[in-house]
Amino acid sequence: MQIDVRGQSTYLYTGGKKLTPLTVDREKTIIFIHGAQQDHSCWTLQTRWFAHHGFTVLAPDLPGHGRSAGEPLQSVEALAEWIAALLDALGVEQARLVGHSMGSLVAVEFAATYPQRTVQAALIGTSLPMPVAPVLLDAARDNEPKAATMINGWSYSASGQIGGNTVPGLWLLGMNQRLMARQKPGVFHADLAACNAYGRSLESLSAITAPVLLIAGSQDKMTSPKVAKAVQAAIPGAQMSLVPGSGHALMAERPDAVLDALIAFLAR
Amino acid sequence: MSYRFDTLSLHAGQVPDSQYGARAQPIYLSSSFVFKDADQAASLFNMERGGHVYSRISNPTNAVLEERIAALEGGVGAIAVASGQAALHLAITTLMGAGSHIVASRSLYGGSHNLLEYTLPRFGIETTFVDPRDLDAWKAAIRPETRLFFGETLGNPGLDVLDIPRVSALAHEHGLPLLVDSTFTTPYLLKPFDHGADLVFHSATKFLSGHGTVIGGVVVDSGAFDWDRSGKFPTLSAPYEGFHDMVFTEESTVAAFLLRARREGLRDFGACLSPLNAFQILQGMETLPLRMARHIDNTRKLVGHLSTQIGLTVDAVNHPDLPSHPDHELAKKLLPRGSSSVFTFNLSGGRAAGRKFIEALKVFSHLANVGDAKSLVIHPASTTHFRMSDAALVAAGIHPGTIRLSVGLEDPDDLIDDLNRGLAAAAKA
Repeated sequence: MQIDVRGQSTYLYTGGKKLTPLTVDREKTIIFIHGAQQDHSCWTLQTRWFAHHGFTVLAPDLPGHGRSAGEPLQSVEALAEWIAALLDALGVEQARLVGHSMGSLVAVEFAATYPQRTVQAALIGTSLPMPVAPVLLDAARDNEPKAATMINGWSYSASGQIGGNTVPGLWLLGMNQRLMARQKPGVFHADLAACNAYGRSLESLSAITAPVLLIAGSQDKMTSPKVAKAVQAAIPGAQMSLVPGSGHALMAERPDAVLDALIAFLAR
Repeated sequence: MSYRFDTLSLHAGQVPDSQYGARAQPIYLSSSFVFKDADQAASLFNMERGGHVYSRISNPTNAVLEERIAALEGGVGAIAVASGQAALHLAITTLMGAGSHIVASRSLYGGSHNLLEYTLPRFGIETTFVDPRDLDAWKAAIRPETRLFFGETLGNPGLDVLDIPRVSALAHEHGLPLLVDSTFTTPYLLKPFDHGADLVFHSATKFLSGHGTVIGGVVVDSGAFDWDRSGKFPTLSAPYEGFHDMVFTEESTVAAFLLRARREGLRDFGACLSPLNAFQILQGMETLPLRMARHIDNTRKLVGHLSTQIGLTVDAVNHPDLPSHPDHELAKKLLPRGSSSVFTFNLSGGRAAGRKFIEALKVFSHLANVGDAKSLVIHPASTTHFRMSDAALVAAGIHPGTIRLSVGLEDPDDLIDDLNRGLAAAAKA
């Protein structure tokens, strides 16, 4: 579905279910927020389940990403405001949020800024702060293919580097490399710089009132379970689901485990 | 940390099985797979979870082969099928239907030529064949209904080196993908995606398998071609009634082609690969880098030896390694590790010399295949092209005395001795 958000054309993947602004179920909306240099397609398996089990699924391509127009937004705060504008555009007052990596920061910021609009939040592959190695930031600015290769080297577990994909015949490292190459120049650095600069304190997360689930990969080298636990401790009542054997690219490496954790949290 | 080519040849796609820890790839010779419960079954059918339902669509052993070739090629994924011909057919039928048009190199394997020239027109898909070296001819052949450029990394029979960077750039200028048959070169010698190709297929029967035991094919997607932007591929970018109105480019930004090829092509045409064959091909791929290096090493020695016979019993040796080959410079650029262990040379004595040469050989096997671990030989004028007159042969780029070799892994001196036996016999013809 293509809609206007703040006057810019925005693409929303709806989990393979036909949807129009008129058929949005405003009581059962889940918004899936992708990470840096990604698009909606990182969520295909998980979103399809929810869309076909009674939920309205909105998986946007963030501004400047994928099929959405505009330039990439420069901060996590701006992205959270944009999510609010997106929900406004569809008349959705309250939503469940699912975010991965940079998207998890956007979900955190949204949940802290708009507690009354947040029904639940699932944070996948998260940390706070989310510092980005200078060598990666520089590569994202000067040499995007090199940055993509670095991300691929760090985002997958040891076994993920070998493969054995749940979805037959797809080579995950190749998929991620090509998906990152699809984004337009400048997006990579804007996204990583936004993650790196996000300065919300752990203490301020006490403002979050919605139930929160963290999903962490046991072999995540980018946002380790240890730092995720610090985020969990800072959010009142937050739960944590550890996915054994997964690196940072959780939805790709362990799609069923992520889906099962989301079902248990959002749909039961 | 990402693994390199030789490591991926052995490991990509295969983690030891979780139940028994088998180190070798198990052969999952099962037509179908038990669902865990009704919900999981529904989720598999609706693409909410990954997994296997029925081996015509996917199979765990085949999936390892698919991931491995995708990893070696630098693609996003692959589909294993019953033969190289099935791979070509799957690629074409996923992209187009009746009323479409292909521009193809005229230097093609005979089987591919038959499909394009005689069979597909019956289903409304036409092909214009062009000299692969003539970029203007590729361009002039494009029509509004053109949907694909197609060539072989090394053409048949003259080993024309396809100028993938220039041909793919031209294709992309016109919103078209380039499909490449990479059977002769394998990703060890050439990775077409690095040079701009969009889809690659192999007859896995040849070098990937390497042992001349099984028939199989694979088609690999680079994931780089933007089907939406092109606007010429409604099979990928418009709702497909045959699968819940799925728009494949929305489901997967980079693997839309593979989704449709599996969900329609394998489902409906059914040219699936046996898991037994997939296992044999995987066994071969484990040693692909070692074998290819030896193939190339042996070939260089034989090309060198035959070149010393020019003016005696040999008229010409046709190999891109030689400065006399028209694509020598391009081969140096695209194929720095070597270009092929399949090549031809022309005997001075014509058809009769060709027959005598073949009959005198003891190590080379006389048969119609290439890419075996064993050395192979064929004399087109007395076999595959025996009905053609000498003049017709020359028009097709084949001399009456042309011999095609597929150099294997034997001791190179034994192969040279064998060639010398043949040359001595040919000299008496």
